[in-house]
This record gives sequence, structure tokens and C-alpha cells, in this order.
Amino acid sequence: MSMTRRMFGGAAAAALMLAGGVAQAQDDNVRIALVVKALGIGFFEAAAEGAEEAAEELGNVEVIYTGPTDTTAEGQIEVINSLIAQQVDAIAVSANDTDALVPALKKAMQRGIKVISWDSGVAPEGRMLHLNPSSNSLIGNMIIKLAADELPDGGEVAVLSATTTSTNQNIWIEEMNKVMGNYPGIEVVGTVYGDDLADKSYREATGLMQTYPDLDAIIAPTSVGIVAAARAVEDAGKVGEVNVTGLGLPSEMAGAIESGASKSFAIWNPIDLGYSATMLAYQLATEQATAEPGAEIPMGRMGTLTLDDNNEGAMADPFVYDETNIDDFKDIF
Amino acid sequence: MTDASNTRHIPDRLQSNAARILKSWEVLLLGVAILIFVANSFASPYFLNAWNLSDATFNFTEKAMIAFAMALLIISGEIDLSVAAIIALASTAMGAAAQVGAGTFELVLIGLVTGLTAGAFNGVLVTLMGLPSIVVTIGTMSLFRGISYIILGDGAYRGYPADFAFFGQGYVWWVLSFEFVLFAVLAVIYYVVLHRTNFGRTVYTIGNNATAASFSGIRVARVKFILFLLTGLMAGVAAICLTSRLGSTRPSIAFGWELEVVTMVVLGGVSILGGSGSIPGVVIAAFVMGLVTFGLGLLNVPGIVMSIFIGLMLIGVIALPRLWAKWRA
Repeated sequence: MSMTRRMFGGAAAAALMLAGGVAQAQDDNVRIALVVKALGIGFFEAAAEGAEEAAEELGNVEVIYTGPTDTTAEGQIEVINSLIAQQVDAIAVSANDTDALVPALKKAMQRGIKVISWDSGVAPEGRMLHLNPSSNSLIGNMIIKLAADELPDGGEVAVLSATTTSTNQNIWIEEMNKVMGNYPGIEVVGTVYGDDLADKSYREATGLMQTYPDLDAIIAPTSVGIVAAARAVEDAGKVGEVNVTGLGLPSEMAGAIESGASKSFAIWNPIDLGYSATMLAYQLATEQATAEPGAEIPMGRMGTLTLDDNNEGAMADPFVYDETNIDDFKDIF
Repeated sequence: MTDASNTRHIPDRLQSNAARILKSWEVLLLGVAILIFVANSFASPYFLNAWNLSDATFNFTEKAMIAFAMALLIISGEIDLSVAAIIALASTAMGAAAQVGAGTFELVLIGLVTGLTAGAFNGVLVTLMGLPSIVVTIGTMSLFRGISYIILGDGAYRGYPADFAFFGQGYVWWVLSFEFVLFAVLAVIYYVVLHRTNFGRTVYTIGNNATAASFSGIRVARVKFILFLLTGLMAGVAAICLTSRLGSTRPSIAFGWELEVVTMVVLGGVSILGGSGSIPGVVIAAFVMGLVTFGLGLLNVPGIVMSIFIGLMLIGVIALPRLWAKWRA
């Protein structure tokens, strides 16, 4: 369908095809478009840096880093349309809308462009594969590991979550409980909910320290909770006694790392994400790999991506941030 | 066409030689459009391709449909900033209906009726209660979109019937999309309404001097109410096209479009103070905006630079004729 349409279009617009010849001549490079939610966001600028790193490693790759001005699906569709027109080889998109991009991306695939989504996914019919920054089980393991690493002799830890109904946090805590056996001596004494509100999280964290005077660590798998808990530990004068860890943003956690309230925390690394997305797009565009359930696709220094039944895969463990690298990342996101 | 004996000649603007400048406005804008077209053809090897140009029209067709009705409304001295929110509301209503199995015909009807109802709501507040339209529609902008957010939250409606996709993704003939044909047909209809009927003349009259219009027997409130209805209806039409093109509805749909629609109207030479402007101007402005965004997109110019470019173009196209007129005087 798409080929006939294109050929028909080309024949009928024969006079215009002079331009098409020029287009063919430029095609010796593999052109990969990294489409982000919006330009000017530190997280995505870092991802673009990773994409450039991958391009340099691969050699014959040109990365087109682009996106709309604000985070709208309509803006991304305009960008995708112009990429289709340029006949890029692959589009790697972090979507503003799971569903609204599907028709535009389907059109891209019909015209021979390889489409993957990363970070924020597209519905399965609109992409060939989706790259998750991490997986629930990797996150669940990481948050308890971060706490346990600082407690070689074991100790008491408590969880400060978002709301009781937060799907993500509940799954991560569940996954964490599954691997507790690997961390002998670590005991989870309680779970409280700060509702992802700074003040409530602060009060709940303070309450935890009063209820459990021997508490050694607070695990907050939420970026709001972890900052509030660190503040509570600082205010209670328990820096060095209670270690705050979990999932947080480097920009918000830089102070807590500096004060010592948090030894380390984790979140995905946008540079690795942009790097891996570019590697995957390259593999598909050069037909070295096919996106199908069970496929194992190499992504350079990040290892391989194994696709599940939905053609989704997890990149890696969440990246750990501590005093050695926080300064490099606190300005990024 | 009207009986000549019935119509009085009413100048588009009472002061100055505006008619002459207006005439040159469309010509100037057309020149800009051609210049952009030629520049794009040289700048990118992908620009002159029938399918690519056809894809590019989707960047402006839906907004332009609203811009036609908005042009009439602004000429009459009012404005509707709730159009994007009406799209969200109409799309949400269609989405909700699609969930309970409404067919394509019902969906179209629901989209149009929702648009009309929202337009009527604005119209009543402005014409019956005498409230300023800019304030009313800033209010209804939050109200309409707020309703969508309450209904949908962070969810989405999908599962529209397969043939519903035609409005936003279908082609009438070769590269001519349904949306583009609809855009062209609406352009002709609005041209006739504004420039060739009594109703169109009353719109100009009201925009120039509503009090005088009222004293000359024009039912000002009724005309303005009809214009709000029309604007709401066009937002409903745009909602059908956009929803069909996206294949899904989220409350953030068409976010920020009201400003792009107003930009298109003003770029087309419609005086933001009311009283003057033309449909051909708006049509050319739609092409100019579409060509600029698509052309710069092909060169992968970041969106921020594109916004700056559109802003400069708006100021330039508005300032140039005035400077020129001053220089001539």
C-alpha cells in the first residue's frame, strides 16, 4: 500500500522528483531521530548527549535531536510528519501521549521507517519495541540493596511510600519484599504513606523516627517522599544515624547528599537511556535485529535488551547517585 | 448575492485609506507565502513532494477551520478564547459516546452539537448578559477543559469506530485529504458569507460601530450570538477532524490552539480591534503558518526557534504595511 502510494506520488509529480534524487544521495548515513517530549528539558538534553555518544561509537550515524516546544501530542505529530517527509531511517520517541501518536507512527512504519519508543511508551501497534529505563523487579531490588549496602550488620528499615493506591510504588514494594531473603539481617519494620505531599511525607518520616528509635534507614521510592524524609532526618539531628534512600531526582537530592542525610539513591540515567535507544534504533534500521518477542538486541556498553511478549524490554538497574557523581547530574535533571 | 438597492456601501474602516492598504495586505502576504515556498524548495530536498506537502497541510487545516469563524467574530469586535477548550469538550463527549458503542454518524452529530452548545453558552453570556467576550471566554476556556479533566482525569478514550478515522486520516482523491477539501469548501462558504451577503456587511458594520449599527436597525446581539454559535460549531468540526486524526481523546487535546487560531486571523490581516479583514487573508495566513512550520521542521529547526520566527513574522507583516503607508504619506 505504502509503496504503491509513494511510487504513484513520485510518478505523478515527476517534475518534482529532481529533488528526490538529491535525497537519495544523502542516504549513506543512518539517520536516527531522537524525538523527545519537549525541547529544553535537562533530562532529554542528557539523553541527546547519550545518543551522540552512541552515534560516535557507531560511526555512520547521524542523530537528529528534535521535539516540540511544549509537551503536546499535536506538536510531536508535526515533528513526526516532518521526519517522515525527510525519510529518516529510524524514529526513537519518548511520547507525550500513548495513543494519539499511533496513527502518525503507523504511517512512518508504512513508509519504511523503524519506530521505537523509550522512556514514555507508545501503544504496541504504534512502535516496534519499547525500551523501559528499568523494570519493576530491578527497581524493587535496587531500593532495598541501597539500604542494605550501608548496613553490613543488618538493621531496621522503614518504607515511606506515596499513596496506598499508587500502582508503581505498590509494585516496587511488592518486588522488594520478594527479594528480602537476599538481605539477611535487614528488617522492614513499617510502611507509611506520605501521599506524595511534601508536608505529609515530612510528618510521616518524623513519626517513623519517633516510633522506631533504632531505625537505620528510610526507603522512599518516590521523588517527593525522599526529599521530605531527608529534610526530616536533618531536622531531627539524625544525620549519620538514619540513612534516607530510594528513588529521587539528582537536582532535588543534591542537598541531602551533601548533608549526609542520604548516602545514595537511584533513578534512571538519561544519558544511558538516550545511548541505548540510539543503539536499538540502529540495530533495527540496519536490519541487524528484528523486534519480536524473545529477541535479544545488543545495545553497546549497556548490554542486551530482551523483549517480552509486548516487545518491551528493560534497560538496566536504576543508576546509583552518590557523592562521587551527584555534581555531574544535579544540573541535568 | 444581494439586491444592490438594499445595500449601502459601508467602508471597511471609517478613517483613512485603509481599503487600499487592505488590498495590498493580501498581496503582500501572498508574496510572503510564495517566498517561503521557494525558499523551502531550495532549503530542503524533501519539500517538493506531493505526499509531503499533503502531510504538511494537516499542520493548519483544523486550526484554519476555526480561524474562519473566528475572523468573523473578531471583525464584529468580539473574540472567543475558548475554542481549544471546546475541542477538548467535544472530543471528550464523542469519546464517551464511542465507549458505549455510538456509530460514526452519531459521533459526528455529538461533536457538532457539543460545539454548538458551548458556542451558545458563550453567546448567551456575552450578548444577553452584556459581559465582555474576552473575560467570558477566558472563563469558559477553563470551564470546558475542566469538565474534560474531571471526566477523563489522566485517562484516555480510544476505540473509535474504524470508519470514523476517515475525517482525519482519509483521502478524497490522490493526495487530497478529506481535511484539506473540507478546509477549501469552508473557505469558500465563509468567503461568500462575509463578502457577498447582507449578513457579512452587518458584521463589518457592528465591528466599526456597534451603537450606530444598532441605531440603523441591525440586531447587534443576534448577529453576535450567531457568530458565537458559528465559532462553537467550527470548533466542533475541528474536534471531529482532530479526534479522528489522533484516534484517541485526552483532556489536553488541542492545548494552546486558541492562540494559534487568533495568530492566524491577525496574520491574515483582520484588525484585532474589529471592523476590517478578509477571508482570503486568513486562507493565505493559514498557508504561510503551515509552510513555515513544515519547512523549518524539515530542516530540524528546534520548535523554540520556530515560535520566534512566527512571532517575528507576525510583527513584521503587521508593521510593514503601516510603515509603508507612513512612508508614502
